[in-house]
Amino acid sequence: MRGLQLSLSKGQKLRLERALEKLESLSSKSNSDASVKVADDIAVNNEDAILKGHGTIELDGRLVATLCGVVERVNKLVYVRSLRARYKPEIGDIIIGRVIEVAPKRWRLEINFSQDAVLMLSSMNLPDGIQRRRTAVDELNMRSIFEENDVICAEVRGFQHDGCLHLQARSQKYGKLKRGQLLTIPPYLVKKRKQHFHHLDQYGIDLILGCNGFVWVGEHVEVRDEMVEDLPNKSEQENEEVEETYTPLDTRENICRAANAVRVMSTLGFMITVEVVTEIVSLSRSLNLDTHEMLGAEFYVLVAEKEAERRSLLKRRK
Amino acid sequence: MEYVNPEGLRLDGRRPMEMRQLRAEIGVISKADGSAVFEMGNTKVIAAVYGPREVQNRSQQLNDQALVRCEYSMANFSTGDRMRKPKGDRRSTEISLVIRQTMEACILTHLMPRSQIDIFVQVLQADGGTRSACINAATLALADAGIPMRDLVTSCSSGFLNGTPLLDLNYLEDSAGGADVTVGILPKLDKVTLLQMDAKLQMDTFENVMQLAIEGCKAVASYIREILLENTKQLESRRGI
Repeated sequence: MRGLQLSLSKGQKLRLERALEKLESLSSKSNSDASVKVADDIAVNNEDAILKGHGTIELDGRLVATLCGVVERVNKLVYVRSLRARYKPEIGDIIIGRVIEVAPKRWRLEINFSQDAVLMLSSMNLPDGIQRRRTAVDELNMRSIFEENDVICAEVRGFQHDGCLHLQARSQKYGKLKRGQLLTIPPYLVKKRKQHFHHLDQYGIDLILGCNGFVWVGEHVEVRDEMVEDLPNKSEQENEEVEETYTPLDTRENICRAANAVRVMSTLGFMITVEVVTEIVSLSRSLNLDTHEMLGAEFYVLVAEKEAERRSLLKRRK
Repeated sequence: MEYVNPEGLRLDGRRPMEMRQLRAEIGVISKADGSAVFEMGNTKVIAAVYGPREVQNRSQQLNDQALVRCEYSMANFSTGDRMRKPKGDRRSTEISLVIRQTMEACILTHLMPRSQIDIFVQVLQADGGTRSACINAATLALADAGIPMRDLVTSCSSGFLNGTPLLDLNYLEDSAGGADVTVGILPKLDKVTLLQMDAKLQMDTFENVMQLAIEGCKAVASYIREILLENTKQLESRRGI
């Protein structure tokens, strides 16, 4: 299995196999034969007009897949949803990226796409929260906002006419991410939802599931709208910030636990959602496992069994 | 030397039209976008694909299609005598070029403009037919990386020794001095993308030998498709709803 190098004992191996078999049997009932590989014919009714979407080409009148994945049909449209591939941006996606270059009026970000993304200075809110034209001074101070290797959360704005991808960060919830861990997982394991920012209240941590397969687990930060604040508070706020640089030990432990939960899920190839992550964190707590023990063989088997159980429950409820 | 004995068996006990055992595994390198190990008998090759990603050298950037790069190397321990081979010797440069051209023919490069795709192949065990094994491994790795392709490319070699066409030569047969024909085909489109031969062959025997190699390619293709389908089904079922 991909990235899974565990020394499983005989019993554990058997249990893992059984759990994975159960998962397979659960999913095969819903969509059989939808999986295609490169150069497979896709069965379509030739009398209906169809629209060929991503991952398909037409070869002497037949529709042929160009990717390995699952055939999806939406009315007339037929396309192949690829599984393991790089991220394909869509407008409005919330993504996490890493700054690789500070260029004139823009930052270049690595976001697991086929090109680097661009975040313009003009498409983000300034830290002082004032709306105004960006001056040459702002441009010189760009490094005080984001430096190289900073991790940033932003939103996909769209493709510019020259084909490069632009981002925007026009809200207080976007911006630099501090005091936490960045994890990279295959993008197909992140489901697009209404909410990608999650505050796990009981652990005091933030979990951001970027659509591009970058996941941020960090200490919870209160989103403040700084525009509303009065100026006299400024000195008070500075004191606060000094205090904030310290992260308590149990919060750090929770961050590591949540990060390990994501790691276990992604190596097993399970879809990652907040509910599942919290479930696994609480499972590890209830078993009194140390943080590092979450990456041991036994816990992998447990998670796989738990997931099989969860999915069969879901199925029955339907 | 006798390469086919009177009973019709070759040095390693195969029939003339028999292939070596195939084995393939997908997803062996966790950091790569796509990766695969491909074995043909004792020949073992590992391939890794990175990309499509930002072009490293701006001057090479193509505005209407992706840049495909390929690097072939042989591990020091891959052959019988351990030799330190300099990187970028003539042989590996040539094979890199051959693999690059073959793969570029099937990748739909126009879908990924201004990006680059890197293919790294390394021979872990060399026992003849490394060229074909590299192409097969690269195909699997590209399919794993989710890069759109017109068709799978598969490759196989064949030769002609003792008046018999032989499929899938091993090292001993390869170094016998007879002809060695390496063929790469697109099985679905039924097109040839690679044809290499050293030594000379008569016109009518060449056709037989090439036909044999094409049959071999088709056998490899059906095996690769099985592996890919199994992998895709597994990923989908694990992911869940």
